[in-house]
Amino acid sequence: MATTALFFLFAGLAIACAISTVYHKNPLYSAVSLIGVFVSLSCIYITLAAPFIAAVQVLVYAGAIMVLVVFVIMLLNLDDDKPLQRLNYLYAVGAGLGLILLVQTFFIFYAVVKAPNKPQEESGVGKTLSIGSAMYTEYLLPVEIVGVLLLMAIIGGVILARRLSQPELELVVDNELEKRHENDQDDFRIAM
Amino acid sequence: MEEILKTAFPLIVAVVGCSIAFVIVMGVVAYTVLAERKVLGWIQGRIGPNRVGPWGVLQPFADLLKFIFKEDLVPDKSTKFIYFLAPVLAVTCAMMPMVVYPFGPAITTIDWSFLPFGLGEGIRQLPLVVARIDVAVLYVLGVTSVGVYGIALAGWSSNNKYSLMGGLRSSAQMISYELAMGASVIGVVMLAGTLELNGIIEAQSKSPFRWYIIPQFIGFLVFLIAAFAETNRVPFDLPEAETELVAGFHTEYSALKFALFFMGEYINMFTVSVMGTVLFLGGWYMPGLSHLFTVGSIPYAVVSFLIFMVKVCGFLFLYIWIRGTLPRFRFDQLMNFGWKFLLPLALVNVLLTIIVVYFLNS
Repeated sequence: MATTALFFLFAGLAIACAISTVYHKNPLYSAVSLIGVFVSLSCIYITLAAPFIAAVQVLVYAGAIMVLVVFVIMLLNLDDDKPLQRLNYLYAVGAGLGLILLVQTFFIFYAVVKAPNKPQEESGVGKTLSIGSAMYTEYLLPVEIVGVLLLMAIIGGVILARRLSQPELELVVDNELEKRHENDQDDFRIAM
Repeated sequence: MEEILKTAFPLIVAVVGCSIAFVIVMGVVAYTVLAERKVLGWIQGRIGPNRVGPWGVLQPFADLLKFIFKEDLVPDKSTKFIYFLAPVLAVTCAMMPMVVYPFGPAITTIDWSFLPFGLGEGIRQLPLVVARIDVAVLYVLGVTSVGVYGIALAGWSSNNKYSLMGGLRSSAQMISYELAMGASVIGVVMLAGTLELNGIIEAQSKSPFRWYIIPQFIGFLVFLIAAFAETNRVPFDLPEAETELVAGFHTEYSALKFALFFMGEYINMFTVSVMGTVLFLGGWYMPGLSHLFTVGSIPYAVVSFLIFMVKVCGFLFLYIWIRGTLPRFRFDQLMNFGWKFLLPLALVNVLLTIIVVYFLNS
């Protein structure tokens, strides 16, 4: 009974935070609401006896990724008065994706109801040991592939963010100046 | 009735346990503040606070009263909701790790099965920890990493350039040093083979070196430095460098809201001290103590608890000592040090530990 009550508490919190993520005009409020979604999801994982996944959810999503998002929002200090008109077509895409999600959810409900109701034997699913041994024996290849993917992302990030050497830097600056000069001339011509 | 009692009983036990842990932690934290002022005074050739009560022992309560009765100023142009949320987040995230602190070994008690409705079924031990979570190390790291938001959001919502700079600096610093801290813990976890704090202490008591500080010396060094940076303490207190940023992220906070940040910082210090004690100094375990007392008896638990507290207070003293000794880093030095020295060092330590553990097991 307590588990059910907790599930509805955290599920309601997650949905409320998700709605607030979408509806807030101020990007920082949206980011904070998204953190709320992640934290409530991790609470649900705990009630499902998967403490490792819950801890990783908080550590990775709420603790690392969202900090970067908040960081960028704080640095850019976006103007929150200006409504974004150019993203209107996304409403249609969002509606389509939402419909697919709804169908999927109903399918899952259907599958759960139809499935034979047999008691789950006590297993260590969700425990650190079982996750670790599964990752490095049964699912070794996917883990390796994801590892390589992450390594590529790291290298890409370093290349994008690295300081240019002096001759390269001068080249970039010259190009940029030339472009601005042309733009200025265009503006001048329009003004004439 | 029986159903409700069965649901409520563990909850009541947990609440009582949390309250006891809360009182212990808050007591230690309050006197850490006094100890800091006293010890800093001695280091600088002053006396320190000595007016309130004999030898100044009532100073923390006087400070608290002062914070409560001060006027609470809210900047006009601040983002109100987030401005109020930030100190709450900071202090909540600091307090959450309390439930996994292993204060001492389990005490063997009488059989509690005489309780009605089978409430005490099979309970013969009183563990001195609120919750034995399977992933306690990850839990502590995760919850403290959420604490960054308290500081970052406080800086942003105050609508003050010094606060914003302080908030940005602290979030950059905390995400950088979190990595090094996490990597330094991996060695210990590999040696112990568990993420559970009491399990790590028991594994240390069985290992040939007794305390993991000996085989994991590099890890301990990295952990110690990262812990100082994580808690924004000297020499890494860039977020509140008063010569550059007034008071950093909490410039615009006054009265009890400032007190919450202050408390959060000191509870975080306590948390990393507990983590350092448990992971590297054997927690409540003392070699030879089990020969003096029977394991599971009350005197054994009390002495172990005192040993644990002495170790934690040693850590806290180190914090104060370093604050009285070292100057502050520059921000680029801090970032370079964290990413280019500390993190590689922690990773080398992980590699070495992997090799050693592999050959020990094969």
